[in-house]
Amino acid sequence: MKALKCRECGREYPLTATHVCEFDFGPLEVVYDYDHIKKSLTKAAIQSRPKSMWRYRELLPVAKDPTVGLQVGFTPLVKADRLAKKLGIRELWVKNDTVNYPTLSFKDRVVSVALSRARELGFDTVACASTGNLANSVAANAAAAGLKSYVFIPSDLEHGKILNSLVYGAHVIGIKGHYDEVNRLCAEIAGKFGWAFVNVNMRPYYAEGSKSMAYEIVEQLGWRLPRHTVVPMASGSLLTKIQKGYQELVKLGLASESETAIHGAQATGCSPISTAQKAGMDFFKPVKPDTIAKSLAIGTPADGFYALKVMKETGAAADDVTDDEIRDAIKLLAETEGIFAETAGGVTVGVAKKLIASGKIPRDDSAVLCVTGNGLKTLDAVDGYLGKPREIKPSLREFEALLAHEGKVNA
Amino acid sequence: MPKKVRIPTPLRKLTNNEELIEVNAATIGEAIVELQTRFPGIQERLVDEKGEVRRFVNVYVNEEDIRFLKNRETPLKDGDEISIIPAIAGG
Repeated sequence: MKALKCRECGREYPLTATHVCEFDFGPLEVVYDYDHIKKSLTKAAIQSRPKSMWRYRELLPVAKDPTVGLQVGFTPLVKADRLAKKLGIRELWVKNDTVNYPTLSFKDRVVSVALSRARELGFDTVACASTGNLANSVAANAAAAGLKSYVFIPSDLEHGKILNSLVYGAHVIGIKGHYDEVNRLCAEIAGKFGWAFVNVNMRPYYAEGSKSMAYEIVEQLGWRLPRHTVVPMASGSLLTKIQKGYQELVKLGLASESETAIHGAQATGCSPISTAQKAGMDFFKPVKPDTIAKSLAIGTPADGFYALKVMKETGAAADDVTDDEIRDAIKLLAETEGIFAETAGGVTVGVAKKLIASGKIPRDDSAVLCVTGNGLKTLDAVDGYLGKPREIKPSLREFEALLAHEGKVNA
Repeated sequence: MPKKVRIPTPLRKLTNNEELIEVNAATIGEAIVELQTRFPGIQERLVDEKGEVRRFVNVYVNEEDIRFLKNRETPLKDGDEISIIPAIAGG
């Protein structure tokens, strides 16, 4: 790490807990010394290290060895042949962050970086504004690290996501409003209290954690960039960091440069970025979210401009799917690959289906789908849509009768 | 009764660390001009060369984003509270 730098005007700042440029409010980003990194970060060095996101440690913004979330990452990259067949594409991979450690979403990646850095900077209390997954991850990782935590969420979140924060002993504050309102409040709180707000004053460090997903995809594909990647978009940050991750590996000579399109997926009920992309605009109009994909329900996406830029630069597309299409896609992924994703995963799979059908991802190509969270956390979204178990007495006769009946139904 | 503007941390160097500033302006656009006369330099932080609110700056009147209202033309009435907040990453 060399400094923090404004993405808009290039002004540099010291490596403290600060996130916006004083001059234009542009987001600050960590600057690295790649020539220096190149000396130690070789394929052999990476492959000799434990299978976690920290095997790419030189590219993650901590000054010393990480202290929080050492087991996070290196989730499976699943070759999804059965799903590929259903979607009609030659080759398909699922980057399966539904089994990320410890809280079953990609957010553990960003949180382990943010909390490790927060400790380095001397904080004892961490906080976040969250649509659910981030709150779960901050609560769990803070508990394990012995840090105090405050998590702020919209009060109407899925029940599972609320319990999944409370259980770790975090201070959970439900805000009567949508995420953008939680965010606004947290920006004001962050200015007042001396806490490490992972997605406010710690954002430059936090956001870099997402790059680890890109590094893993490339390594797991045998050190090559995927031709297509489909990424869910809330604030748009993950999509931009996937590109940055790919570019860094090329810059370091760990993967060769090749054409790679990074497509964005949103829910129709909150689609400011995909709407702008489809209209060919380089700016978006904020919306008020209304979708079952609550983890993606950000109406004023902070990295929306940059996500649009990345899609344009990489020749990618964006699309969005309705609540019904999200549920269908969750089921499709589960039935073909045995992976139960949360609503955001349904968004990614549903949009991939559309992009393949429309030829924006050609059928003879290969694609990676980023599935970022576990379905056990959003059971509310599918409850009532999956049918019910048939109940019988513990009797062989009843079971045979049931099979015979089903045989008739199926025939 | 005047209107109150809540100044975010990155801009407080310009307001001698004052967090709440009272203005008498009738619209958001006028409020920014009024702030500029009292705290020179603050205007260019908030709006670009064309006078539009910068893309990483969110302005709220009583908790509503001005992009859902009338942007710079959003009218202000007595007692309104205006917040200026940088855009935040996802969660």
